[in-house]
Amino acid sequence: MSSARVVVTGLGAVSPLGLSVEETWAGLNAGQCGLGRIRAFDPTGFPCELAGEVPEYRIQDRVPRTYRKAVKLMCRDIELAVMAAGEALANAGLITKATDPEKVNIDPTRVASNVGAGIICCDLVELAPAVAASTTDGRLNLRRWGKEGLEHITPLWLLKYLPNMLACHIGIIHDLQGPSNTLTCGEASAHLALGEAAQVIARGAADVAVAGGAEAKVNQLMMLRQHLLGRAVAKAGDPATICRPFDANACGAIFGEGAGMVVLEGLGQAQARAARILAEVAGIGQSQSIGPVRERLEPDGRSLQIAAAKALADAEIRPEDLDLIIPHGTGAPADDLAEARGLAAALGRAVQDVPVWPTKSMLGTTGAAAGGLDVVAAVRAIGESVIPPARNFDRPMEGCRLNVVTQRREMRIRNVLCCSYTFGGQTAAVVLKAWEGATR
Amino acid sequence: MKTPTTKERVVITGMGIVCPLGNDVPTFWEGVLSGRSGADRTTIFDASTFPTTFGAEVKNYDFRLYVRDSREHEKCGRGPAFALGAAVQACRQAGIDSETAQPADGIDRTRMGIYFGAGEGAMGDAFFASIIAGWDAQRGQMIWQRNTELGFACMEGAREVEQEPNMAAAHVALLTGARGPTRSCLTACAASTQAVGEAMMLIRRGDADLMIAGGAHSMIHPLGVTGFNRLTALSTRNDSPTTASRPFCASRDGFVLGEGAAVLILESLTSARRRGAGVLAELAGYGSSSDAFRVTDMHEEGRGPVQAMRAALADASLTYRDIDYVNTHGTSTQENDSIETLAIKTVFQERARQVPVSSIKSMLGHLIGAAGAAELIASVLAIRDNTVPATANLHDPDPKLDLDYVPNIPRRMPVNTVMKESFGFGGQNNVVIVKRFT
Repeated sequence: MSSARVVVTGLGAVSPLGLSVEETWAGLNAGQCGLGRIRAFDPTGFPCELAGEVPEYRIQDRVPRTYRKAVKLMCRDIELAVMAAGEALANAGLITKATDPEKVNIDPTRVASNVGAGIICCDLVELAPAVAASTTDGRLNLRRWGKEGLEHITPLWLLKYLPNMLACHIGIIHDLQGPSNTLTCGEASAHLALGEAAQVIARGAADVAVAGGAEAKVNQLMMLRQHLLGRAVAKAGDPATICRPFDANACGAIFGEGAGMVVLEGLGQAQARAARILAEVAGIGQSQSIGPVRERLEPDGRSLQIAAAKALADAEIRPEDLDLIIPHGTGAPADDLAEARGLAAALGRAVQDVPVWPTKSMLGTTGAAAGGLDVVAAVRAIGESVIPPARNFDRPMEGCRLNVVTQRREMRIRNVLCCSYTFGGQTAAVVLKAWEGATR
Repeated sequence: MKTPTTKERVVITGMGIVCPLGNDVPTFWEGVLSGRSGADRTTIFDASTFPTTFGAEVKNYDFRLYVRDSREHEKCGRGPAFALGAAVQACRQAGIDSETAQPADGIDRTRMGIYFGAGEGAMGDAFFASIIAGWDAQRGQMIWQRNTELGFACMEGAREVEQEPNMAAAHVALLTGARGPTRSCLTACAASTQAVGEAMMLIRRGDADLMIAGGAHSMIHPLGVTGFNRLTALSTRNDSPTTASRPFCASRDGFVLGEGAAVLILESLTSARRRGAGVLAELAGYGSSSDAFRVTDMHEEGRGPVQAMRAALADASLTYRDIDYVNTHGTSTQENDSIETLAIKTVFQERARQVPVSSIKSMLGHLIGAAGAAELIASVLAIRDNTVPATANLHDPDPKLDLDYVPNIPRRMPVNTVMKESFGFGGQNNVVIVKRFT
């Protein structure tokens, strides 16, 4: 059934604050910081050795028994995505092939999957024996690689690292046969995936969608790239206080890993199965910054202004109808300032009043997962009628007129704006709205 | 979300291509109709000892011919570089000014977006050097600090970021000023068909008036060829590169890896009429599905492809009886060509043996992320010229495959409606339908 109204009925999250939505939300709500010294590899040699890593888990315990053999084909990005998607489907009360093949309560051909994914870094340790077998005079010798090195690579190696394999594994585990797309737009990926999933449902191509993003950025090459691009914190410091979005002492981003997924449904479908409705996807806006491709936003935040204005228009609300903004806010000063300017331009006078709650001081910048985790946080904030305290914000950076709220507020939240942007310039904004009707 | 008041018709008003058969649309199409092959020995890197020593490379291409300021693009990888040329060609045909800093074409840039199916770039020397520096072979472990120090010394941020799959879209945005919905997707071999399909939906929904849509990809690099060789997906017919891609043949032994970019300008009919843009064809339908079967194999009944084909037909308000020609995914792998044949039989029922189906990958090679858009351009030209392109190299038909694959010689016949199929590793299936504009 075609339904222009699309609602959120399930949440899933894996983050530096925990392996579930409950743990992640409890941490965010208490203003806890999930950042710490990198465990995934020895970070000695990096100017800053901090990241946001998810707690330990055993992936075999988190997939259906019948799927345990397949985990060897799952890189970490896939693992995180699979965990969050599984939680979101269960949270929505949907029974899939994975949970109970006898009691499946959705039509598999009508379930879409739209997943934001990062460029997946292959495991250097896995590649190293092949490289070592092909080295001549300290350099890679391709003739030796073609003959000897290549044989060291496991036959299915490529399939572990294709970005669309996140959605592929989720689809196989839960038997989701509807439309599927993988958005690879850096840190804007999850919002774009969510927006696209909502539109897939709105046009009648699916009844239900799993949407969001996942990325495991805590590996040596990804960290190196962020440092080389000048966004990462480039000094040692206390993980609890170092990441300071919009603060006068902001000094860079700390990178992390995670997954944030939601289940979306057309309103009619959700009501027909008496699903618990958590929020409505009210508006989607997108734009593009025009500048050097390595940059995220233009200094005036123009693309964010356009995206936010489009999202508000799509949701048919005014800036003053917003009760909360979860910005992209990474702690990289130039980006935060540009975002603040873009929001100010989009919101006009309302920008001084709408509470702003950045999450990356606690979660780190989790790449393609970031927007997904923020949407999960937004839906929980709506559900609990609370705005948790912003962490590591003492006084605003010069030129930032955002109302970053450091005191916990309990209040009815009607509309939340989530924003994201990325290297490459894609910029997204999503408006989530409290569900006004019966929740079930 | 707002409900669109009218469902916009979406038309194609420009096309551009940079591919192994040539670096513009006329050369590409001449190559397809004359049965030329784009495959030859690999020259991009020394592949002489690889299981596969050939590929279908883009030749004699220089992106600087297309851009205002080549410094802005000089660090880009092959895929984004190809995208620049293909996009500018398409923009020229559609009357979009990408060549002056203050375009005077009257197009509202916030109503023009980009949607690419595009892949990651190639790992450079510094990547391998850092592994060599860090690897302690005796202990079988990475000394991360050594690896990190070499990385800081040898890698350059501005070049590293060019590896990201969204860079083709970013460079084309920089060139054209497009500020509308801009997305990049990566559903393997189905990516650019998906990009075109979803871009069409953004126009239908009223989110954009124009979309620069298509694909850009090159996996002809050591790790790309390694990955496909290890999967045994590539043809290893090293003694005859030009006949190696032989979809639907009994002796097919894998696909021929190609590279390139293909771009189509999609536009609402309202916008095209307002601007007086020439309409090349109408994009009528789009369907997407997921196999949800196995990571390594297609579903044996072609469940996913069937669902995507039917969804595209329904979206276009057509039936299989309305399709004049199917431009197949046709990769020249054992599995794809068998299952695609089966899927076509399931959907086309009694017409399955009558409807011509062909694969231009037999000449073009497999452009992976860019494949679908390139083949969609051929589909539009098939309508324009009432000519179905052939499946080249089809000299020993597989007795188990019994459709009309248009062997070796293009066919003059009325072509008004074409179905274009693309299926990705991992089971994402995308199908679009393009028809003569009337």
